[in-house]
Amino acid sequence: MRRSKYERPVREPAPEGGRAKTSAMIASIAGPDQRTKPAPFGEALATLAQSRPQIVGMTADLSKYTDLHVFAKAHPDRFYQMGMAEQLLMGAAAGMAREGFQPFVTTYAVFASRRAYDFICMAIAEENLDVKIVCALPGLTTGYGPSHQATEDLAIFRGLPNMTIIDPCDAHEIEQATVAIADHPGPVYMRLLRGHVPLVLDEYGYRFELGKAKVLRDGRDCMIVSTGLMTMGALEAATLLARDGVDVGVTHVPTIKPLDEATLLEVAGRTGRLMVVAENHTIVGGLGEAVAGVLLRAGVIPAAFKQIALPDAFLDAGALPTLHDRYGISTPKVVERVRGWLG
Amino acid sequence: MTPNDDPGAARANLSLAERAWRIRRHALRMGEVQGQGYIAQALGISDVLAVSYFHALNHRPEDPAWEGRDRFLLSIGHYAIALYAALIEAGVLPEDELDSYGSDDSRLPMSGMAAYTPGMEITGGSLGQGLSVAVGMALGLKRKRSRSFVYTLFSDGELDEGSVWEAAMSAGSWKLDNLIGIVDVNNMQADGPSRGVLNFEPLLPKFEAFGWHAQRVDGNDIEALVAAFDAARNLDEPRPRIIICDTKMAKGVPFLEARERNHFLRVEPDEWAQALDVLEAGRP
Ligand SMILES: Cc1ncc(C[n+]2csc(CCOP(=O)(O)OP(=O)(O)O)c2C)c(N)n1
Ligand SMILES: [Mg+2]
Repeated sequence: MRRSKYERPVREPAPEGGRAKTSAMIASIAGPDQRTKPAPFGEALATLAQSRPQIVGMTADLSKYTDLHVFAKAHPDRFYQMGMAEQLLMGAAAGMAREGFQPFVTTYAVFASRRAYDFICMAIAEENLDVKIVCALPGLTTGYGPSHQATEDLAIFRGLPNMTIIDPCDAHEIEQATVAIADHPGPVYMRLLRGHVPLVLDEYGYRFELGKAKVLRDGRDCMIVSTGLMTMGALEAATLLARDGVDVGVTHVPTIKPLDEATLLEVAGRTGRLMVVAENHTIVGGLGEAVAGVLLRAGVIPAAFKQIALPDAFLDAGALPTLHDRYGISTPKVVERVRGWLG
Repeated sequence: MTPNDDPGAARANLSLAERAWRIRRHALRMGEVQGQGYIAQALGISDVLAVSYFHALNHRPEDPAWEGRDRFLLSIGHYAIALYAALIEAGVLPEDELDSYGSDDSRLPMSGMAAYTPGMEITGGSLGQGLSVAVGMALGLKRKRSRSFVYTLFSDGELDEGSVWEAAMSAGSWKLDNLIGIVDVNNMQADGPSRGVLNFEPLLPKFEAFGWHAQRVDGNDIEALVAAFDAARNLDEPRPRIIICDTKMAKGVPFLEARERNHFLRVEPDEWAQALDVLEAGRP
C-alpha cells in the first residue's frame, strides 16, 4: 500500500549504482545477456505482405512503438495512420475487412482492451471479421503505472465470443504467429513484445501452431504451464531448479483462446506432480483460471494447483525489474515460490 | 508539507519570465535523472505553466487540497515532468525531491497520477480523458455554488480522440463558463508532426462551432498568454473558454529545438550540462 501523497517519502540513501529508474516505453524487455531479434512482428508482416496484397497496416499514433513502422516503410501505400483514436481505428479496421482487406491494427494493449472494446466487440467480433489486433505493452511490461499496464487484457478478450487470443513468448514465436494468424480467418488479439525481442524458443526446436500448447521440457516434481514472456522465466527457473535436483517441466500455452484442452488434461493427469500456471496478467480471468476450469470440468485434479500471476490490484509505477520482483513474476521469484510449494 | 528551500520572500517578486525560466531549469534537471524523456514538451509548455500558476490560478501552495482552489487538471500524463517543475516552483513540492523523478518509490512518477503527487488533481496518461473529467468537476463546482475555475491542459495529439469532442460539445451545451481549456499545439505526437498524423485544423473555428469562447496565442509569448488568460477569466458570457497555445518543442534550448523527432527525446549524458548552460545564458 502506498503512503499518503502528502507525506514526504523517507529518503533512504540511494543504493549502489543509484535508484532504479522507470524504464522507457521504447526500451526492450530483453536482459543484457539475452539473444535478441529486432522488430520481429514488423519484419514478418512486411515480408508476408509481399505475397498478400490484401494485408493493410493501421495504427493509432503508435506505429513506432509497435514495430508497424517497419511495415509502413516497406509498403507505404498500404499503411494507414489513423491518429490517436483507438475507437476509430477498430471501426475503420472493420470497414476495411468488409471490403475484403485484411487489416493488422496496432496500439497498446490497454487502449485496445479498454477504450476500444465496444468497437472490437460489435464492429469486429460479432461479425467475425478478419481483423488482427496486435498490441504492445501486454501485462506488466512498462513501469508507467496503470494507464499503460494491460494487466487484465486477457480476461477482457477471453469473454469475447469469436476472438482468438495469442500471447507469444519470444521473437521466434512472434514471427511464426504473425503468419499463422494471417492464415486464420477471423478476429485475433495478439500480445506483442517489440523492439529488441529475446530469442529463446528456437533452441527448443519449437514451432508455433495456432491452438496448440507444447511441452518444452518434462519434469517429475512440477509442471509449469505458462504463456507469453512467463515461458521465458519458467524455462530459466526450471534450469536453476534442476541444479538443486528439482525436476521442473514447462508447457507453453501461446493460444489462450481456444485452449488446447487435450494437452492440458494430459499434462495435468500425470500423478503426484505440482501444477503451476504462470502468466503476465492479473490472477483474475487469465490463463490460470481458464486452466483450472478445464481441469475441474473434466475431473482431472493435479496433486496441487498454484498460480503465478499479478495481484488483483492497480500496480505501482517504477522500474520494471523492481515491479516484476515486487509482484512475484521475476525468475528469482518463480524459483522461490516453486521451491516453497514443493516444501 | 515542506515548502521550497528557497526563501519565499526573495522569490515573491520574480517576473513571469523568470518563473518560466526556473520551471525550465527544474524540468531539465529532472530530465537528466532519467537521461531521456518528455523534456521537449516541458520546455515548450513552461511559459503556459508559469502564467497559470503565477498569474491565473487561485491556489494555496501550502494547502494543495484547499476546497476554494482553482482546479488544474493535467490530462497529458506524460507531461508530468512539466507540472512537477511548476509545482516545485510554486512551492507545492520540495525542490529536493526533484532527483527522484521516475525512480522507484518516488512521488514523481513518469506518468502523472493523482494518488502519488500533491497538486496532481487527476490521473492522466490514458489520453483524451481530462476534458471529460473537467466537465464533471465544472458541473460539480456549480452545484456547490463554488466560484472556482477548472483549468484543463491537454495536447494536440489528444484532439484525435473522439472523447475530447464529446466533452467539448458537452461543455458548450452545459454553458460551462467555469471551464478553461488549454490545448498545447506543439505539432508533435508519438508518430510525428501532429498535423500530419491527423489534421485537426482549422482548430479555432471548431471550438467556436462547439459553443466555446476561443482564443489562439503564441504559447511562448508571456504577455500574450497573460492577456488570453485574463480574457478567459473575465469573459462575461455563459460559455466554456479555450486557449489554443501554439508552442515550440524544447523552447529555450536551441540545439534541442532543432531535433526533429522529439516526442521522446534522447539526450546524451554530456549534453545535459550543455543544455543547462544554454538555458543559463538565456536567463531573463
Ligand atoms: C488513449 C491513448 N492512446 C495512446 C497513447 C500513447 N501515447 C502516449 S503520448 C502519445 C502522443 C500524444 O500526442 P501529444 O500529447 O500531442 O504528444 P507530444 O506533444 O507529447 O509529443 C501517444 C499516442 C496514450 N497514452 N493514450
Ligand atoms: Mg503534441
